[in-house]
Amino acid sequence: MTAAVVAFYFFSAVAVLSGFLVITARNPVHSVLWLILAFFAAAGLFVLLGAEFLAMIMLIVYVGAVAVLFLFVVMMLDVDFAALKAGMSRFIPVGVLFGLVLLGILYLAFSDWQASEEVLALRGVVAPPPEQVENTVALGTVLYSRYIFVFQMSGIILLVAMVGAIVLTLRHREGVKRQDVLKQMYRDPKQAVSLKDVKPGQGL
Amino acid sequence: MGGFFDTGFGLVLLILLQCLLVTVFVLVSLAFLMYADRKVWAAVQLRRGPNVVGPWGLLQSFADFIKYIVKEVVVPAGADKSVYFLAPMISFVLPLVAWVVIPWGPGWVISDMNVGILFLFAISSMHVYAIIMAGWASNSKYPFLGGLRSAAQMISYEVALGFIIIGVIISTGSLNLSRIVEAQAGDYYLFSWYWLPHLPMVFLFFISALAETNRPPFDLPEAEAELVAGFQVEYSSTPFLLFMIGELMSVFFMCAFIVVLFFGGWLSPIPFIPDGPHWMFVKMLAVFFLFALVKAVVPRYRYDQLMRIGWKVFLPLSLAWVVIVSIFAHYGMFWGAYQRWAIGG
Repeated sequence: MTAAVVAFYFFSAVAVLSGFLVITARNPVHSVLWLILAFFAAAGLFVLLGAEFLAMIMLIVYVGAVAVLFLFVVMMLDVDFAALKAGMSRFIPVGVLFGLVLLGILYLAFSDWQASEEVLALRGVVAPPPEQVENTVALGTVLYSRYIFVFQMSGIILLVAMVGAIVLTLRHREGVKRQDVLKQMYRDPKQAVSLKDVKPGQGL
Repeated sequence: MGGFFDTGFGLVLLILLQCLLVTVFVLVSLAFLMYADRKVWAAVQLRRGPNVVGPWGLLQSFADFIKYIVKEVVVPAGADKSVYFLAPMISFVLPLVAWVVIPWGPGWVISDMNVGILFLFAISSMHVYAIIMAGWASNSKYPFLGGLRSAAQMISYEVALGFIIIGVIISTGSLNLSRIVEAQAGDYYLFSWYWLPHLPMVFLFFISALAETNRPPFDLPEAEAELVAGFQVEYSSTPFLLFMIGELMSVFFMCAFIVVLFFGGWLSPIPFIPDGPHWMFVKMLAVFFLFALVKAVVPRYRYDQLMRIGWKVFLPLSLAWVVIVSIFAHYGMFWGAYQRWAIGG
């Protein structure tokens, strides 16, 4: 066994085990932490595949941002997870069905395909051969030259979704005291303080 | 000798030894940086600072270390024990792991990976877990509030940091830290480095680094006036020490990151002194001095001001800078100062 094989089995075992613990952990915060471990293991598998760029993006996006939000929400919510878990046995058949469908798709995707000459030629045009460039360069070349419109389109869809989420949740209420930062900054003692000569026994 | 280190076992041993060397070096440096930090702080406030243990108080950090180690570890009654102890370990290990990709000199790097800068970014974005986990696992109100504050703060400033880094990446055309340093070499020495073309971003990066490492004036997670000590209030003894070391180590690591990105890493600023790791170290110390000085002279920010700067000032500025740098680099403006792809990658 080479070091790569040992590492592969290690990462896969960790990924499967932590994935299992995500759904079996009693404490929801522990679930999220196991999920983070699963992300880590997946990043390790990406590195073994030679896709170090994807591995790092996985860590930055999923571990560094998405899982933090998960953790935030799960920690703040006061949900009775025991009650939610009680219905688990009802949903197991559906879950198994989804799993089987996914397995079937994966099997189809990775089974023995024969590509025609044309397809191979097209693939050659799209991506530079992986032996010559780093995978970061290869990804960039593909995304920003050949698939630039698709790439931009997905960006625009995400932007629209973001704007939509903001519009849906933004409320402008009348009569709410707001902070005007510029006003605060330009306020000086002359406007804020005034000296009054108060006569004794009279007050203001 | 060469034959042994070519075998698989020898290679693993060699890498382990390199890691050990860097770890020991960093930890010993930290002991004296802690001392320097306190001395600078004291000097600004016209105090003497630590001056009792050893000559000029040089051994103060070691005395503190022994004191922390021998104290009793107190665990809160309702704490989630495994997460409670995991948090300080993460806080200690993550900044240590990051040193693996920092290039000290030409070829002086443990792992010269292609995506080194993304690795650093991933590591520094994961540091927030230590704080959230510590805040949650302590099962107490103040740590929890401190943890939440800190999570929001670190995520906010990571965005700005990421955009600033993208500017440098665009100029270099590579994600490799050694390439980034090499791209800064030039006939003008000091003035070939990235700090000149990327001048506005140096300030932004420095301030974001302060916020990202929870240094004053952005040390709101532990604001002692309102949250007593934030997420670490329930920690004592060695776990607390791990938090302290982790925090200082990520500060020192940010110093290295700034030096590599903007101040030419191991490159010599003047023609007649050779390049080398000594320059890297000297520059890191200079940046650390600034970190220490800021701690002493700037008052703490209010939380809404912190958020406002992060999202409404730094984010638009750094985003605009990415666009500007892209234009400069694409058209090779300013004598190609922004376009160093041929050198870098």
